[in-house]
Amino acid sequence: MTIDSTDRRILTATASGLPLTPRPFAEVGSWLGLTEAEVLDRMDAMQDAGVIRRIALAPNHYALGMVANGMSVWDVTDDRAEELGAAVGNLPFVSHCYLRPRSLPEWPYNLFAMIHGSSRDEVEEKRAEIAALLGAACRAADILYSTRILKKTGMRLSEGG
Amino acid sequence: MRRTALPPDTLDASDRALINLLQDGLPMEPAPFARVARETGLSEDDVIARIARMRELGAITRFGPFLDAAAMGGAFCLCAMAVPADRFDEVVTLVNDHPEVAHNYERAHRLNMWFVLACERPEQIARTAAQIERETGLTVHLFPKLKEFFIGFRVDA
Repeated sequence: MTIDSTDRRILTATASGLPLTPRPFAEVGSWLGLTEAEVLDRMDAMQDAGVIRRIALAPNHYALGMVANGMSVWDVTDDRAEELGAAVGNLPFVSHCYLRPRSLPEWPYNLFAMIHGSSRDEVEEKRAEIAALLGAACRAADILYSTRILKKTGMRLSEGG
Repeated sequence: MRRTALPPDTLDASDRALINLLQDGLPMEPAPFARVARETGLSEDDVIARIARMRELGAITRFGPFLDAAAMGGAFCLCAMAVPADRFDEVVTLVNDHPEVAHNYERAHRLNMWFVLACERPEQIARTAAQIERETGLTVHLFPKLKEFFIGFRVDA
């Protein structure tokens, strides 16, 4: 989908958040000189096209007590990667799960699963559950704990365009 | 951004239910919070006030549209670099200076800097990565997603 300049203004206006009022789309419209129906129609069309994945809340794992956050990474045999990736993604403690290309020789891992816990011990227990699920299809594994958030702004659209 | 846990009784069961429900998405209709209120048994005002409070407390980092760069013809890419410890701060500044960098995390590993590029055109991924390599003199490893399985996070409600 190609978004036009009005769509872009809507996305830019809501980039840092949707207004918390009973009629949020009317409020966005009032900022931009659009009607509520126009804003809704456009956002709806962008959601149908997948440009907007969803209007949603992003939890702060740290604030919610999930202070240990690890990116677990796995080298899973290619012939079983999709099937096992789906199984790992279904685990309730996994928030994001992706298949990605390896970057050999430095990086042999193709399955990435984010695990959140209240301590590293808890994360390690969950990681052991993933290891058990993957079994012999997993040839190597590691986990990378985040030690600092250096930036977190989300996607920003260029001005104009 | 808040990096420490809130006291355990800061959020009640209704707050937690809202966190779970609203990760799946707000309905696209004129009064979406009224719908959420009906689904949770709270009042519309209460739903709005709870989200606002959780945002103020830092229990949530964002409430709004999540964009997919690929669907508008762009792309996301996870990238990693091995940054020498004595150059870390300098490299953070160089990398974060690019508006295409949407998130950046320090991680305990030889590849110690992990960031996401979000670009409106796919060719900007390689271009931005190459620019970062030139500026820093370090290799940028690219890990584009081949397949995504699930996104979400459940709290005990």
